[in-house]
Amino acid sequence: MAVTDYLRRRFMPHIWCPGCGHGIVLNSLLRAIEKLELEKNDIVMISGIGCSARIQGYVDFHTMHTLHGRALAFATGIKMAWPLLKVIVPMGDGDALAIGGNHFIHAARRNIDVTAIIMNNSIYGMTGGQHSPLTPCGDQATTAPYGTVDSPFDVVRLASAAGASFIARTTTYHAREMTRLLAAAIEHRGFSVVEVLSQCPTYYGRKNDAGDAVAMMEGFRDGTVRIDRKTAETSDGDPGRLDGEAAGTPIGLFRREERPEYCEAYRRRVVEPAMAAGRGESETP
Amino acid sequence: MTPTGTVTPTGTGTLHFLQGNEVCAEAAVYAGMRFYAGYPITPSTEIAERLAWRLPQVGGTCIQMEDEIGSLCSVIGASLTGLKGMTATSGPGYSLMQEAVGYAIMAEVPLVIVDVQRGGPSTGLPTHASQGDVMQVRWGTHGDHAIVCLSASTHQDLFEIMIRAFNVSETFRTPVVVLIDEIVGHMREPVRIPDAGEFELTERLLTSVPRDVDYHPYFPREDGRLPMSHFGGEHRYNVTGLYHDMWGFPSDDPRVTNDLIHHLMNKLENRKRDLTFTKEWYTDDAEIMLISYGASARSARHIMEDRRAVGMRMGLIELQTLWPFPGELVRERCRQANYVVVVEMNMGQIVHEVKTAVDRPERVFLANRVDGEMITPVDIKHLVRVIQGKGI
Amino acid sequence: MIQRFLFSGTGGQGVITAALVFAEAAVFGEGLNAVQTQVYGPEARGGSARSDVIIADREIWFPKVLQPNVLICLSQLAYDRFSPLVRPGGVTITDPFYVTRWQHATSRALEIPLHETIVALNGGDGLSIQGINMCLLGALSRLIPVVSPESLHNAVERRFPARHRERNLQALEAGTTLVRERVTTF
Repeated sequence: MAVTDYLRRRFMPHIWCPGCGHGIVLNSLLRAIEKLELEKNDIVMISGIGCSARIQGYVDFHTMHTLHGRALAFATGIKMAWPLLKVIVPMGDGDALAIGGNHFIHAARRNIDVTAIIMNNSIYGMTGGQHSPLTPCGDQATTAPYGTVDSPFDVVRLASAAGASFIARTTTYHAREMTRLLAAAIEHRGFSVVEVLSQCPTYYGRKNDAGDAVAMMEGFRDGTVRIDRKTAETSDGDPGRLDGEAAGTPIGLFRREERPEYCEAYRRRVVEPAMAAGRGESETP
Repeated sequence: MTPTGTVTPTGTGTLHFLQGNEVCAEAAVYAGMRFYAGYPITPSTEIAERLAWRLPQVGGTCIQMEDEIGSLCSVIGASLTGLKGMTATSGPGYSLMQEAVGYAIMAEVPLVIVDVQRGGPSTGLPTHASQGDVMQVRWGTHGDHAIVCLSASTHQDLFEIMIRAFNVSETFRTPVVVLIDEIVGHMREPVRIPDAGEFELTERLLTSVPRDVDYHPYFPREDGRLPMSHFGGEHRYNVTGLYHDMWGFPSDDPRVTNDLIHHLMNKLENRKRDLTFTKEWYTDDAEIMLISYGASARSARHIMEDRRAVGMRMGLIELQTLWPFPGELVRERCRQANYVVVVEMNMGQIVHEVKTAVDRPERVFLANRVDGEMITPVDIKHLVRVIQGKGI
Repeated sequence: MIQRFLFSGTGGQGVITAALVFAEAAVFGEGLNAVQTQVYGPEARGGSARSDVIIADREIWFPKVLQPNVLICLSQLAYDRFSPLVRPGGVTITDPFYVTRWQHATSRALEIPLHETIVALNGGDGLSIQGINMCLLGALSRLIPVVSPESLHNAVERRFPARHRERNLQALEAGTTLVRERVTTF
C-alpha cells in the first residue's frame, strides 16, 4: 500500500503552520506503518487536544479525537476491550505531561500495549504560545513574559521511572530514524513512548529567537547526541543521561525490554482463573 | 413495572441479601455489562469491589483507573468497541467526570454511571446520606444537553432500574445516570436476582451497511436511532467531542451545528413518555400528595401508610425518572391535591421542578433534612402538621 | 410482626457481623423480611460499632432503628448512649463484663456473661474473645423468638469460609446453652 493510501486526502491541506514539525511526524509515522504492512482496519488512533492531536484527522484509520490530556485513558478502555487492535496515541507536550501527566505515568506503570508519541515542540501551539511542562527553564512564552521559572520534565527519565517498557527519543531532523523507531515502538508489546522534538517556528521559535524552521531543525541536528542502547544500560540506570558531561540532548533508543503486557496479564491472572472457577457457593468474594 | 409488594420477592431466580451497591453490580452483569472502570470512593466502593470479583467470572473486564476522569474516559472507549460499559462513583468523583459526560453526550456513547450520593459540597460527608447531586446530574457538564437520570428506593426496584438504565442507554445512544444514595447503597435487604431471560435486554443496534460501503455513524434512522459499528471493526469513522457531521468529522457549519444540538436534545426530551418511570400510591384520592425518590421515598412511603391507617388521605408519587423531569405527569396527578410535599435530602432541588410543573406552585412544600441523617417518617409528619395548621 | 434490633459495641467484637448473620438467618431461614444498616466512617473506625436490623413479616420502609425493641450493648459507651432509646416494653441485653447498668426505666434488662463464656471456650491465654458475636446470637435465638437456632446455624455455615466455620458454630452453640443456665433478668 502506498503511504498516501493511509491519508484522508479530502482533509488536506492540513491546519499546521508553514514550517511546523508535526507534518514530518505524520510522514514518518505513515512510513513506519507502511513498513510494518499493517491493515488500516487494525489501527486505532486516539488523540487529545492540541496541534499534535489534529494528526488523527488526516489518517484513514479508526480515529478518535478526545479530551485534552485524556487520550491515554480512552485508549486504555479500547485496548482492554479489544486487545487485538494496534493503538497509537499522538500527543503534544502539554497534552501528555501537564493535563494528561497522570494518565501517562499510569499507562506506563501498567505497561499496556499502546504507542504514545509525544510531539514535543516545547510550547502550547493551538492556544497561541504558552509555556508547557517541556519548555526549558528561562525560555519565553506568552504566559512567561519574563522567562519561565518552571523546570521541564525529561520525558525519557519520567517514562523510565514510571515503567514504560519501550522508550525512545528522536527529532524531526532525524526523520528516517524516527520511522525506524516508530515502527519498533508499534511492534513492541507493551507501553512504548517515542518523544519527538518538533519545531514550532510560529510561537516557540519566534518568542525565543530560534530562527526559522530550518534553523530550528539544524538546532536539533547540532544539539543532540546519539545514544545507543548499550550506553544507556551502562549509565548507572539513568537512561536520560550519558556518561560524563552530556554534549547535548541524548537521542536514540533508551529502553526495550520484555515485561508482562497489561491486557495479557489481566487475562491470565484474573479472567482465566475466574472463569474456570465459575461462581462459587460463596455470596461474597 | 410492578411495584414490589411482597415480603420476600418471589418468582424465578435466587434470593439474596445484599447491599444496594452489590445489587447495582449484579444487575449490571445481568444486563450484559462487560466493562467497568472506576476509582474508589465512599460510599460507592462496594460496586467496584463486587465487580472486580464478579466480572472476570463472565469474561468481562474490571479496571481500577488512576482517577474518575480516566475511569469514565476508558468506559467511553470500551463502549465504542461494542461492550456495555459502566462506572460508579459519588458526588466528588462525579464532578471530576463532567467533561467526559459531555463527551459521551456529544459523541452519543451508550454507558451507565452510578452516582451513590453523599453529603456535599466538596468532600462533605463521605459516609452520610444526602440527595444533593440531582442538579449536578442535570447541569453538571457545560453546554446545552439532555440527560437521563433514574433512581430507586428498594433493592428489587434498583435491580430493574439498572437494567432499564442499560436499555435506555443502548436505545438512545446516551449516558444514563443511576442516582442512588448512601442509604440505599449501603443498606442490605432481600433481593431476587431473576433467571436469565426474565428481563428483556436491549442490545446494541448495529448497522447493516456492509464493509467498504460508506457508513454514517451519526445519521439517524427515521425512528431517530443511530445504528452503530463497533469502533475498530469493519467501518472506519471518526469520533469527536466537537460538533460534527454525519461521518463524525468536525464541522462548524451553522446548519450542522444547529441540527446536531437539536437532535441531542430532542432524542430524549421528545421521548419523555418512554423514559418516565414512576410508582404511585393513592394518587387518585390524595389530598396530601408526597413526591419523593431514592431513600427519602422509603420514609415517605412509611408515613403515608401510617397516616392512611388513621384515615388521612395521603398519596405518594415515587419518581424513578428524575431527568427528563416528568412534569406533565406530576401536574396531572397533583391537580386534586390540597398540598404537595416534596421529600428530599437536600436544600430543595426537585421541589423547584415540581413547583414549575404544577398548576398551583404556592401549594408545594419541601420536607427536607440536610444534617447527614436520613429523613425520618416523623420529620415528614411534623411538616404536614405544620402545613395543616395543627402545629407540631 | 415487626422487631427492631440495635447491635452495638466496640470494634473487634464483631457486632456488625452478628447483625448481618442475624438478618440473613431471618431471611433465608425464617422466610421473613429484614433490613440491615450500619454506621460507616470515622465513627466506625474510632472504635464504636453499631448496626441496625429490622425484621418483619411485611414490607419495611424506613430502614433505620430509632427506637429498638431489642438493644444489645457490648460496651459502656454504647449503653450510655443508646439505652434511653429502647421502646417501652423492650429489652436491653448487656454483658456485665463490659457494661455497668444504670437505666432502670421502662425496658426489661438481661445480663449475659458472654465474655466469660467465650474466654473459657477459647481457652489459651484467656484473652481471645473471638466468636463472642456468634455466642451472642446463640443467646439471642433463645431469648427473642424471631430467629431459631437452626436458622442461625445455617446462616453461619453460609457466611463463613470452611476454616472459620467450626469455631463459630461452637460459639453459637455455647450461646444457646448459656441462656438456659446463666441469664440474669432484672
